Formats: sequence, C-alpha cells, structure tokens
Amino acid sequence: MAASRHDIAVTVAEATKSFGERRVLDRFDLNIAQGEFVALLGVSGSGKTTLLKILTELERVDDGVVRVPRARSVVFQEPRLIPSMRVWRNVVVGQPRAQATRAAAEWALEEVGLVSHANAWPLTLSGGEAQRVALARALVREPRLLLLDEPFASLDALTRLRMQSLVTELCERHNPAVLLVTHDVDEAILLADRTVVLKEGRKTLDLSVDLPKPRSRANADFERIRRALLSELGVPSLESDHAEPRLSVAGAQETG
Amino acid sequence: MNAGASLEVLASEAEFQDLSRSAARRDVSLPYLRRRGRGLLRIVLPLALLVVWEIGSATKVISEETLPSPATVVAQFHQLIATGQLQAALGISLRRAALGLLFGFAVGAGFGLLNGASRLGEEIFDSTMQMFRMIPFLAIIPLLIVWFGIGETAKVVLIAFACVFPAYINTYAAVRSIDPKLIEAARVFGLRGRKLARTVILPNALPGVLVGLRYSMGVSILALIAAEEINANSGLGYLVSVAQTALNNNVIVALVIVYGVLGLLIDAIVRVLEAVLLPWRPSGVRK
Repeated sequence: MAASRHDIAVTVAEATKSFGERRVLDRFDLNIAQGEFVALLGVSGSGKTTLLKILTELERVDDGVVRVPRARSVVFQEPRLIPSMRVWRNVVVGQPRAQATRAAAEWALEEVGLVSHANAWPLTLSGGEAQRVALARALVREPRLLLLDEPFASLDALTRLRMQSLVTELCERHNPAVLLVTHDVDEAILLADRTVVLKEGRKTLDLSVDLPKPRSRANADFERIRRALLSELGVPSLESDHAEPRLSVAGAQETG
Repeated sequence: MNAGASLEVLASEAEFQDLSRSAARRDVSLPYLRRRGRGLLRIVLPLALLVVWEIGSATKVISEETLPSPATVVAQFHQLIATGQLQAALGISLRRAALGLLFGFAVGAGFGLLNGASRLGEEIFDSTMQMFRMIPFLAIIPLLIVWFGIGETAKVVLIAFACVFPAYINTYAAVRSIDPKLIEAARVFGLRGRKLARTVILPNALPGVLVGLRYSMGVSILALIAAEEINANSGLGYLVSVAQTALNNNVIVALVIVYGVLGLLIDAIVRVLEAVLLPWRPSGVRK
C-alpha cells in the first residue's frame, strides 16, 4: 500500500509486549491507511486482545512504535452499555460537554436506525439493538480509527448479517480506518480490504482481498483466500477435493 | 385388542398439554392469584395470624397472662396514645435511630465505595473493618457509658457503630461486582477518575448500596432497643423496660407491635427508594 505518511492512520512497528515470561506480541508490524478495512485473524491466545488493548491505550508496549489517531473508538463483542444511563446518554458518554448533546446522540442513533429508542434503558433492548447502540456510540466520536473487537460474534445469524452490511455501509460513508478482530474467516473476507493473521504474537500472513463488493462466497477467489487463511490458522480444509491430498493445503504464503 | 387400542389413545393424549388461554385460566396457580390480587396477597398471612390470636383469646386457649387479647392490646394503644406517651417515645426513638443510621451508614457506605474502587484503600482499611465487624455492638455498651455517659451521645454512637458494617459489606460487594468490562469500556470512551466513579461505579453499585441501607435500618432499630432498655429515661425501649418492671404485658405486646410496624415501614421506605433511584433495572422497567 503506497500511502504517504499523511494517509496512514495506524502505524505499529516492531511492537513487543510481554506478560512475565510470556511474549504476547513479538516485533509486530501493522500499517493501516485512512479508509482501509483490515481484518485481524488469529486463534485464541494469539495476541489479538493485547493488540487491541494497546491501540485503545489500556496497555502499553514494552518496545516499538505505536501511532494512532486521537479520534478512535471501539465496538466490543458485548455492547457494554452502562445500564443506569438512557440510550442516548450512553451514546455520548465521555464526550466533552459541548458535544454530549441529545442532537449529537440522535444523529448517531439515526445512522443505526434506533433514534426511536433514544430514551430507552439499555436493559430493555435486544442483543442486536444494544449492539447497534454500541455502534452509534463509536460513530458519534467521528473516529478516524474504528476498532471492532468481534462485534458480531454474540449476535444471532440474521442479526449478524444485518449488522455486517450496516457496518460496511457506515464505513463507506464515514471512511475511517477499520481494524476488525474476528475468528470468522468468511466474515473477514466478506468485509475487509486486507486480512492479517496473527500467530503467537507475530504476523504470519498479510493478504489483500481484491474482490469486488458486494462479495459472494461462490467466487473462486473467495474460496482460494479462505483456504489460505484457514490453513494458516491451522484448520485443514474439510471441503477440499478428495483427490487432493490433505497435506498439500498446508503450504501457506508466509510474509515477514 | 380393542381395550389395548383405547389405552394407547389415552396415553398419547396425556403426552400433550393444552396451553391455550382458556385452558390456562382454569389453573388457579399462585402466579395467577398474584396477578389478580397484587398487594392483597401480602396481608393474607398477617390477617390469618390476627384471626388465630383472636380465636385463641376468645376461647381462653391463650390465657390473658400469656398473651393479652387483641381487644386488650387495642385498648392499651388507645391509652398510650391518649396520654401522649407513645407519640413522645416514638419521636425520641426515631430521632436517635435516624441520627445513628445517618452517621453509621455514611461511614460504612463511604468506606465500602472507597475500598471497593481503590486497591490502596482496601489495603489500608479493610483489615480494620473486618476486625471491628466481629465486635458485637452489645459488648461496647459499657465502654460507651464510660466514655460518653448515659446521655444521647452514647446511644447515637452505639446505633451508628452497629449500622456501619451492614452498609460497608454490601457497598463493598456491590462495587466489586460491577463488570470490569463495563469499566474498561468506560475508560476507553474517556471516563476516568471521579467522572468514572460518578457516572459508572456509583449508579451501578446503587442496588447493593440500598441492600446495605435496608440491613442498616433494621440494625438501627435493634441497637436502639438495646441502648434504650439498658439506660434511658425516654423512648420506646424505656417504656418497655418500665412495663417489664411493672409486669405489664399489655404495654410490652403493644410496643412489640410498634417494632413490627417499624420493620414494615423500613421495607416500604427502601422499596420507594428503589423505585425512584433505580428506574433502569428490569424490575422497575417492566411497570
């Protein structure tokens, strides 16, 4: 990605982080351009959560460079709304007083189609609604970096599809740099411009997804990327042709 | 052959349950009664006890010396109110309980919030709180008399001491049980320090703090009685101890009933507070 320094939203270079003896991030590199949608894949314990905590200032790197925009926000796996605050107050929580207005909250709620719930209490919302409020809370900050920490993982299948297209649409409209952390390979290929695999604290695969949107699983390239990612993640392809020996899929493209 | 077939039909019918509205209505279950009678169910048992008491007294199964009849107690109430004794004693006692509760609850809830939210606070104060908690408040009455004499101060201090610990334990637990993920998210969105405490920790610990308040209020009445029965020349406990010396069961039973009503009052107060302060909880939301 040939982008000038100005177009780069996120720079992570040689980032290293250890907890005691365990090295969770090991000279990890990642650049994300403004407007680029990157999906980060990795099995549990690969360092994804630590990377997110570093990008959200909840942890600090031991060594290396981390540079992120000030305007950034997160959508977590759980909505994490504050139950004692009405929906609209949750949306603008922590914003400076001048920006924590009802109008700002309603604008963001409008974006996710929940403006009619502005006065509701969070505990009365369904899981999908609560997650949309969490998305509105991220949007109201007009982030240049949007961090998505498995935001679709605890939704039912239909709500997940709706949320995925909502996120795609909103990202196209507001053009933030996006880092989506996920376990779901299909989701990564459907949404991202680029997929990165994190394994034991190191980047082991960095793959552009040059497919036209909206994407379809039926596409042959989709399947090619999917197999590459799955094998990198240590999942042997079950649907592979019987003629093809299973071991042959294990050869993955490694990048530094 | 025929009998066998019909048996099979019966068995398969028994495997189904009719859940349609008309069928369910015939089932007079407890939830059904609750929906119909709402508050009514609450007073059924107290009323039943009253009826048993009245019947027992009328048939002389319960002798007047063991337990005066409801009519005698009502007459006693009339007398206590007519002479103004009850109102005066109640006023004095409630003032003592309220003052003690105010101080005790403030100290307990304050330390509960501090120690729940801050590791340093917990390390400094928690062991001491745990130590004091184990001291029965009755045990310090002689000390309080030596320190403060037999005036109002000793009574209020005793009640306050007793009220600290229920407030402390429940507030501390409430703060600790707030989901750390919620706090993490609040930090990410820029809430730190005091603002975090005010907008996230305090409101979300409030249900537990109110449980602490409920216990503290109960304990304040308990400590009140202890303080007044041992040394006092006014208040409800004083009336009881006078009646005890005069072997006047009527007054004792009347005042025991007053204590019971105070218990109901405490419950009502906390319920109102919960409804007002916690509109966001599912139980409050459903209304």
